[in-house]
Amino acid sequence: MAETITLGKALNHGLRRSLEDDPKVVIMGEDVGKLGGVFRITDGLQKDFGEDRVIDTPLAESGIVGTAVGLAIRGYRPVCEIQFDGFVFPAFNQIVAQVAKMYYRSLGNVRLPIVIRIPFGGGIGAVEHHSESPEALFAHTPGLKVVSCSNPADAYTMIRQAIISDDPIVFFEPKRRYWEKGEVELEAPLAEAFPLHSARVARPGTDATILAYGPMVRTSLDAATAAAEDGRNLEVIDLRSLSPLDMPTVYESVKRTGRAVVVHEAPGNLGMGAEIAARITEECFYSLEAPVLRVTGYDVPYPAARVEEDYLPDLDRVLDAVDRSFGW
Amino acid sequence: MANGEREVGGDAPAGGFVQLLTPDGERVDSVTTADGTTYTVDFTDDEYRELYRDLVTVRRLDAEATALQRQGELGIWASLLGQEAAQVGSGRALRPQDMAFPTYREHGVLYCRGIDPIMPFGLFRGVDQGGWDPNEFKFNTYTIVIGAQTLHATGYAMGITMDGKTGNADGEAVIAYFGDGATSQGDVNEAFVWSGVFNAPIVFFCQNNQYAISEPLERQTRIPLYRRALGYGFPGVRIDGNDVLASFAVTRAALDQARNGQGPTLIEAYTYRMGAHTSSDDPTRYRIASEVESWKAKDPIARVKAFLTKQQLADDTFFDEVDEAAKTLALDLRERVLAMPDPQPVTLFDNVYPHGSPEIAAQKAEFERYHASFEGSH
Repeated sequence: MAETITLGKALNHGLRRSLEDDPKVVIMGEDVGKLGGVFRITDGLQKDFGEDRVIDTPLAESGIVGTAVGLAIRGYRPVCEIQFDGFVFPAFNQIVAQVAKMYYRSLGNVRLPIVIRIPFGGGIGAVEHHSESPEALFAHTPGLKVVSCSNPADAYTMIRQAIISDDPIVFFEPKRRYWEKGEVELEAPLAEAFPLHSARVARPGTDATILAYGPMVRTSLDAATAAAEDGRNLEVIDLRSLSPLDMPTVYESVKRTGRAVVVHEAPGNLGMGAEIAARITEECFYSLEAPVLRVTGYDVPYPAARVEEDYLPDLDRVLDAVDRSFGW
Repeated sequence: MANGEREVGGDAPAGGFVQLLTPDGERVDSVTTADGTTYTVDFTDDEYRELYRDLVTVRRLDAEATALQRQGELGIWASLLGQEAAQVGSGRALRPQDMAFPTYREHGVLYCRGIDPIMPFGLFRGVDQGGWDPNEFKFNTYTIVIGAQTLHATGYAMGITMDGKTGNADGEAVIAYFGDGATSQGDVNEAFVWSGVFNAPIVFFCQNNQYAISEPLERQTRIPLYRRALGYGFPGVRIDGNDVLASFAVTRAALDQARNGQGPTLIEAYTYRMGAHTSSDDPTRYRIASEVESWKAKDPIARVKAFLTKQQLADDTFFDEVDEAAKTLALDLRERVLAMPDPQPVTLFDNVYPHGSPEIAAQKAEFERYHASFEGSH
């Protein structure tokens, strides 16, 4: 039976199901217990599963991830919450030097089935360090897998898929979409769910391909709706997995449409869009009617809240890029 | 202030340390620290002799590794010379169910866990990254980033508690090794915080060998390291790190406290790195010969030999036999190190992800295609 719930609630349901399904799953982070997390994603879980399974940790991100490594060696499946994107950097060493490399270092003897949840992106009027998009730093790191959900149904499924995966996964949650509602099939069998590391066509189209993930999927879908009024039929692909990228789905689309625009909030320089554009160019060169264009944040630190709307890609900037693609 | 009731043997740092065997080989019956804990050992004659054998063996294997590095057979070696007592004492104090988290220098602990000493040589020869199964050996992979493993050890210890494996004499405990330099790392301080508030069954075993590569202890701390434990809410004990008996006694007691559910302990093993930081280091640039000489007089093996001799527990026949046996092990190790094959280049794509990755698979295929294109050419 489908329920209409918010993306945040869908994550909460997904975490609850994971805690029910496997006694080795533990949630750890700052304020995840009584408070239920600053975004309430873990609301009510400590009450129902106890302080040993939903662990309020000391306030130190390296400690959260570092102790998760030890718990994983012990056989646990830790789900770490990093409170905000800009607070992940104290844990960066543990994530990049330990979590990402342990399986390789140990010749496959040590699996670290750790999920690191990070609310990311801007648009919520926050102070510094609360609106960043550091996903490329993790996608650039071999040994990590990186995913991002964009809607409640995916949030519910993807968090559970990430938790049962033995790969270490950095799970980016589009914090400004936490309150968006959608239908979620809570009882659908997980084994038959859409694969975690596959991209999905969020809106079929014929004229150009918009590639987005996380919070920018909604923006891109809105842009496609607006473009339809101008007679342009845009295909929107929700990439979902940033490492690995599901490029076959992308290539199939771009070869059909001949045009591609990549959209993300993170700065453009060496961002996901750069990699995606390079790969499309290598694989779809003779199908392209125009260069792959990027609509991204600017290469500046995330700005103050009163000007963040000027920094963030929005519907108009996406449409402007589509126009430029067609003007080539 | 006082750690021991007295400064033992005149060679203790200010504040004292637990010493059960003096550099001259005199046995101290017991030491009672300021908190009222009494430390002693009750070894049989055989056990004393076997400790001596351990010390000699790990030093001999270490010397062989240093020679292999000098001959170009290892890329680098991190010698434990001078730290044998700290490692053998604490290593022998571990019970089979205990888990150790080493740095990259704990070859002596590895040996005392009953592990084939060749295990870390893949790492130092450069044929792998030190790839063994920590749970099989109860000995984690070597960790190179300083202090990172103390958090892993803490998490593992939390898991022991969550598994209900503490609270009695058969409980499990963890030992985390690190050095004086690591105590400045955030990760080590976070591990102390975590272990304290979660009452984790863990022993933090700091080998204070006086140097972090070139930087002396004074650059890491204003107070003796063992005293930091107080600030995190658990006991800290300093031991004579060159005394294998003190190392055993205090580690055994701290591990038993941990397994009984009484939480963490910090042990500072006050010792000295007789060799270089690694084979790439030149200690003559930052320390003086007389300092090294003064520590030679506190040698961890010579004092056990003196004790065994004075107590008439061993004679030259025994000492010669131990040397010969250690040499045989070392030569066997050398032979096997030299026989270690280089990995096939294509294996560099292996073990990136448990579930694999289409991107890595594609790169591997391209790598194979590229190399196959040279087949038949020169």
